[in-house]
Amino acid sequence: MAQRILMKGNEAIAEAAIRAGCRHYFGYPITPQTEIAAYMAKKMPKIGGCFLQAESEIASINMVYGAAAAGMRVMTSSSSPGISLKAEGLSYIAGSDVPALVVNVQRGGPGLGGIQPSQSDYFQATKGGGHGDYRMIVLAPASVQEMASLTIKGFNLADKYRMTSMILADGTIGQMMEPISFEDAEIETYEKPWALTGTNGARKHNIVNSLYLKPEALEVTNFERYERYKVIEENEPMWEEYMMEDADICVVAFGIASRVAKNAIVAARQEGIKVGLIRPITLWPFPKEALSKAADKVKGFISVELSMGQMIEDVRLATACKKPVGLCNRCGGMIPSPDEVLESIRNAEKGVF
Amino acid sequence: MDHKRLTLFAGHYGSGKTNIAVNYALQLANEGKKVCIADLDIVNPYFRTADSAQALKAAGVALIAPQFANSNVDLPALPAEAYRLVEDLSSFGVMDIGGDDRGAYALGRYVPFIKKENNYRMIFVANCYRPLTQTPEDALEVMREIEAACKLPFTDIVNNSHLGPLTDVQTVLDSRDYVEKLSKLSGLPVYMTTVRADLASRTAEHIPNVFPLLLQEKYFDLPDQKR
Repeated sequence: MAQRILMKGNEAIAEAAIRAGCRHYFGYPITPQTEIAAYMAKKMPKIGGCFLQAESEIASINMVYGAAAAGMRVMTSSSSPGISLKAEGLSYIAGSDVPALVVNVQRGGPGLGGIQPSQSDYFQATKGGGHGDYRMIVLAPASVQEMASLTIKGFNLADKYRMTSMILADGTIGQMMEPISFEDAEIETYEKPWALTGTNGARKHNIVNSLYLKPEALEVTNFERYERYKVIEENEPMWEEYMMEDADICVVAFGIASRVAKNAIVAARQEGIKVGLIRPITLWPFPKEALSKAADKVKGFISVELSMGQMIEDVRLATACKKPVGLCNRCGGMIPSPDEVLESIRNAEKGVF
Repeated sequence: MDHKRLTLFAGHYGSGKTNIAVNYALQLANEGKKVCIADLDIVNPYFRTADSAQALKAAGVALIAPQFANSNVDLPALPAEAYRLVEDLSSFGVMDIGGDDRGAYALGRYVPFIKKENNYRMIFVANCYRPLTQTPEDALEVMREIEAACKLPFTDIVNNSHLGPLTDVQTVLDSRDYVEKLSKLSGLPVYMTTVRADLASRTAEHIPNVFPLLLQEKYFDLPDQKR
């Protein structure tokens, strides 16, 4: 067997999940993520796993909820409109403190939108989507290799903190092909004493539930959950810095936008413009510290996004508006070209953000 | 090269059919032939034959693509015009067929015409670095599934084993045993080995019938991947 294999981003997620020990996949097809389900359909029966195409997204997320409560490594995947349908389940899973992996290979919206790539579910992923006080760990891969490694990381973090990890990808990374390796995969396993595995009459029974009859108890549960979130915000932010050592201008971009931005940065450097990139890999927890430090050095930021400008709000918050933050964006399934990003860098050099 | 009137590229999902079909059509045009290429892919939403529309037009290759290719409409519909490939016998035809058996169903409706004319090459595109066809046995299974779906048996194999930007000559040479075994298992000849154009001459020192591929640069290629 070859050490490296050539995979589509969506296939890499599915294969990584299987390697991470996921044996339960519940989903419903939607472009541009259908290869995840197709890969699972082909492989799960061969390894004693469960692939189930549910009757809807709502059914599939509740199957995830059930399998997660039973202590299984479980996942679902969808694309933007399908994630909206799963939102209720995401909130219930958060309220029940069970771990799950949810993949969103984003497409243009709102509404039925279209099938071309997008990053316009940033708010939905990082600020809620479902109701109530809760967070999800949101991981934003920028290569097929990261589709694999962050899927494994996502399962690890979900089990560690008993919550949902979301892979927030986009159609392009889902569909593009790159060579990848699984050699460095670090698969962690965690005891799940809270899981519904049957007591055998030997222990007190466990309850997995998001309903609290007394408001005092619900408040305390939320307080405890937010203590856990605080630990995550301290320990788990991930980001990449690219040509930031001497940068006067900082581009902020995640996922596919960061790849376009890198090409623009290389072109701008050839024109003598000192520009670098901070690429958030975790969108929640957002790498606030890296941006805050950069704000003391650079004269401004450019947020490059495939949306009307969503992450830009977190960039402004993280930098406490110390420096101007401009936006270079396309939306609705369109992608900023390297030339468009280069133009916004040239403008930033002139002080126009 | 020895060309049939009609050349069909089918195979596993992501094996490289579209790139090869486009390059093959351009090669036919270079040889002075009248050529028409049809995108019959009803599976893939992105990265399609229509992405090469400019290069095909410049070379005088007629392109038939689904009306909704590269749009926001996810509709697996084929244009009526695609019949031109099997009806207009004065033109060379290249068909780019969607991946796996699911993609090959779309070919079925043209098969009676193809068999009647009987001047075709039905090519299985193989890449040993794709995860679900890493063994010749797995590739053979996909081959049989496609044949069952479209009711047209393969006649040839193209070895397109590569690792994207990490491909070097050795990557291609390492695939020889795999393809030889697939050829033996299926009883089909290896029509050609396709490699990125910059590796073609060095690969040709070791392997016969090397066909160079010009690949499109994409907006998401990383700076260190540019050639």
